[in-house]
Amino acid sequence: MIAAALLAVLVAMALVVVRALRGPSTFDRLLAANSIGNSAILVLALFGFLTDRPEFLDLGLTYALLNYVGVFAVLKFFRHGSLGAEAEADKT
Amino acid sequence: MIDLLREIVAGLFLFAGAFFLIAGAIGMNRMPDLFTRMHAASVGDTLGVSLMLIGMVFLAGFTLVTVKLFFLLAFLLFMGPVASHALAAAALQAGVKPLLAHEGKAKAKSAEGVKKAAARKPAARGKTPASKGRRP
Repeated sequence: MIAAALLAVLVAMALVVVRALRGPSTFDRLLAANSIGNSAILVLALFGFLTDRPEFLDLGLTYALLNYVGVFAVLKFFRHGSLGAEAEADKT
Repeated sequence: MIDLLREIVAGLFLFAGAFFLIAGAIGMNRMPDLFTRMHAASVGDTLGVSLMLIGMVFLAGFTLVTVKLFFLLAFLLFMGPVASHALAAAALQAGVKPLLAHEGKAKAKSAEGVKKAAARKPAARGKTPASKGRRP
């Protein structure tokens, strides 16, 4: 059961990778990267259940946090052309 | 008995989550522009992931694992819409326009129907000359 769910998540991930490779604009690729990150969290959690090692859930939590921080960083970079270091420097 | 019931419920949740994940992934490949693709991706990112996590909650029972799964679920449900909104706002500001209905039809015609149109054109011209004038 868990193995079947893992397989389904991997199939969905492969389909999203196709979109990430094909995607015409950067935002398509970013959307696909976000989806791949969500699927990767599921893969980590399911793998932890499959091998009876619940430590993998901690990896999943960390991955979720890093995934969203990464997506927001890339979005901000494409929106402003930088990560906002100049604005901080101007303020001080 | 209760263990069997729990496993069955967990299996149903995992199956439903897998269905929505794959449906979202197929939608991401078939939708025509960025904003419809975001719509398709949100299916997998909310329903698919949360149903799978709820299924794993049923597998885990009342342990620390359940607490972690609920943390993960709350975080995903909180951050998913925020990320979608930021992505859509950034795309609009960068000049990505939503594909409108008539544009979509024209684009689909020009993209997938190139071969068909090339084969159809001489025959159509002979039959109905009026249809040629309507084409933009």
